[in-house]
Amino acid sequence: MELNGAEILVDCLQKEGVDHVFGYPGGAVLHIYDALEAQDKITHVLVRHEQGAAHGADGYARANGKPGVVLVTSGPGITNAVTGIATAHMDSIPMVVISGQVPSPLIGMDAFQEVDATGITRSCVKHNFLVRDISEIANTVKKAFHIATTGRPGPVVIDIPKDITIAKMEKEEYPESIEIRSYKPTTKPSNRQIRKAAELISNSKKPILYSGGGCVIGNASEELREFTRMLGFPITQTLMGLGAYPMTDKQSLGMLGMHGTYEANMAMHGSDCVVAIGARFDDRITGNLAKFCPTAKFIHIDIDPSQISKNVVADIPIVGQTAQVLQALIDELKDKELSDISKWWSQIEEWRKVDSLAYEKSPGFIKPQTVIEALYEVTEGKAIVTSDVGQHQMWAAQYYLFDEPRQWINSGGLGTMGFGLPAAMGAKLAMPEKDIACVTGEGSIQMMLQELSTMLQYATPVKIINLNNGYLGMVRQWQEFFYEKRYAMSYMDALPDFVKLAESYGHIGIKVDKEEDLKSALIEAFKQKERTVFLDIITDPSENVFPMIPAGGAHCDMLLAGRDEMISKDETDFNAV
Amino acid sequence: MRHIISVILEDEAGALSRVSGLFTQRGFNIESLTVAQTTDPTLSRMTIVSSGSERVLEQIVKQLNKLIEVVKVTDLTSQDHVERELMLAKISSTSKEGVDLKELVEIFGCKVVDVKDKIYTIEVSGKTKKINAFLDAIEPSNVIEISRTGVTGISRGKKLI
Repeated sequence: MELNGAEILVDCLQKEGVDHVFGYPGGAVLHIYDALEAQDKITHVLVRHEQGAAHGADGYARANGKPGVVLVTSGPGITNAVTGIATAHMDSIPMVVISGQVPSPLIGMDAFQEVDATGITRSCVKHNFLVRDISEIANTVKKAFHIATTGRPGPVVIDIPKDITIAKMEKEEYPESIEIRSYKPTTKPSNRQIRKAAELISNSKKPILYSGGGCVIGNASEELREFTRMLGFPITQTLMGLGAYPMTDKQSLGMLGMHGTYEANMAMHGSDCVVAIGARFDDRITGNLAKFCPTAKFIHIDIDPSQISKNVVADIPIVGQTAQVLQALIDELKDKELSDISKWWSQIEEWRKVDSLAYEKSPGFIKPQTVIEALYEVTEGKAIVTSDVGQHQMWAAQYYLFDEPRQWINSGGLGTMGFGLPAAMGAKLAMPEKDIACVTGEGSIQMMLQELSTMLQYATPVKIINLNNGYLGMVRQWQEFFYEKRYAMSYMDALPDFVKLAESYGHIGIKVDKEEDLKSALIEAFKQKERTVFLDIITDPSENVFPMIPAGGAHCDMLLAGRDEMISKDETDFNAV
Repeated sequence: MRHIISVILEDEAGALSRVSGLFTQRGFNIESLTVAQTTDPTLSRMTIVSSGSERVLEQIVKQLNKLIEVVKVTDLTSQDHVERELMLAKISSTSKEGVDLKELVEIFGCKVVDVKDKIYTIEVSGKTKKINAFLDAIEPSNVIEISRTGVTGISRGKKLI
């Protein structure tokens, strides 16, 4: 049977098991849309802006682990999607983006809606393809999904010129598997490295496990739990890793880094053995590299060799899949005797008593931290929470104690404002049974507000928790601390009436400006199972995120809420342990 | 420190820009880059001369390996190898200096490959140092134009990339 390129493409997507495509039509992809319309295995979600398509597919992928699929047209279609692609790339999210291209003979002629899609996306994708012949479609799609989902996952762009979607050929079988000779990620760790790591781990007296997004994306949560409990070590997780190990567990020290807990950062600073598991020593984690973990030896586990010894030189590098490496370490360490770390734990308990997440309520104001705590209570800690970027993101990470992987969805690497709402929509489509909360702020939400319309069309009920303090809060916080309170452009005037706005999009809007109404409003919102509810919560405009390591600081240099002086390591004798 | 990095990669459109883009994106330095076919028509071989500390070099090699189209990466400088560069230089010459030029050509073991309008085109090949030395030996105002290939290299003996 003869099929055109568009039909072959859609057939490939079906065979790949794709059930949702997030996209927006345009001239170069009309044949593909025509082929999509003729089938019913794949649901197309018509977003209102291509960036929303990429974030939607991203949220979908983060929630259920399957690759997100995006379909956009040439020119502005793909350029609008770039922010979403870069967001997925920084956080290693599996995604396949199909972009239309002008017909092959017009490429390079500055044709209408032409951009060099592979050129523009090259530095923010794992790989990209420009399809040059109809016979390449099936193999290219197979390769794209293979590359996007294996090794360290990431987005792959397939750029298809329009004439190739129109051309016809005899239908070919979609390949079951594919070999790429130049692409063979290492998944199994080297035995030698495992033995060396086990030796260091079992002899360490002040160990700490530092786990990251690689444990969530690599589905290593079970192995991580077994490993951590077997060793009895303290564990701290990065912003991207939260939930892989339950945050309510007594071995969990919470998040580390710039806004991490006192106990997590101090434990990193005092440790003699840091085991990094699927984490990449990002600058928001390490602070000043020269002062980072001065007494530690590093074991670094990562699927991507280029992450190892990039920022921090690893003493024992282990390349492999987090789950496989952890399993190998569990097997190796099972019968090994460990050093006594009870003194280390009692030191950590001392640090814990500092209670670095404590905050003071101010009368007449709703504290943003209180909102997250109430959200946690009302949802019994079981909701999937997405966030945008800024103060609200940090509060959500600090005060919602995630116990499961894939429960916390945020743009950690790129820090993309506007991510939260479309990601929540994607997460709801991936996990329809789950309650989804999008924690956002009045700044971020306005960057992707138009997706409220998509959410009505596709009935994806989420609860939007808008922490409205009238400021671009994180910018304001930095200006307060480091720019002598010169608040340049961080105040947002002329805000819309979010309640009416939500209503005009066909959703429910509730404004909350008194703390006593907070809980009942949240309960009411989550009762509305079939509806999207926009909770516009007016919060204390002067609240800051604490603890905080100022730029250039070490983990032991932390600003704590309500304390004027920086707590520094001089107060702690690290050698006493 | 200077390094000669050999890269075997798929002969596909865009592969070269992926490599050069990587160097710009990550702030790695490129002194020269050459690329051409190998005996396998589906593969190209690229030789990059770069400089940086051991840690930078480690990142360069890892980041190159991460590119999907890259099959193999080797740092030639870390092993026994032969390296060559070729230059075509157009040298203008009066009769008096012409004698010098012929001497120079002999001393440096190069070839005059063309003469037109009293301008000699000379082919010099060898290590980068030798080519630089040849240029240093000529009165700069007589050097009309040069074109250099950049370094290419290969390991010695049985060892393959």
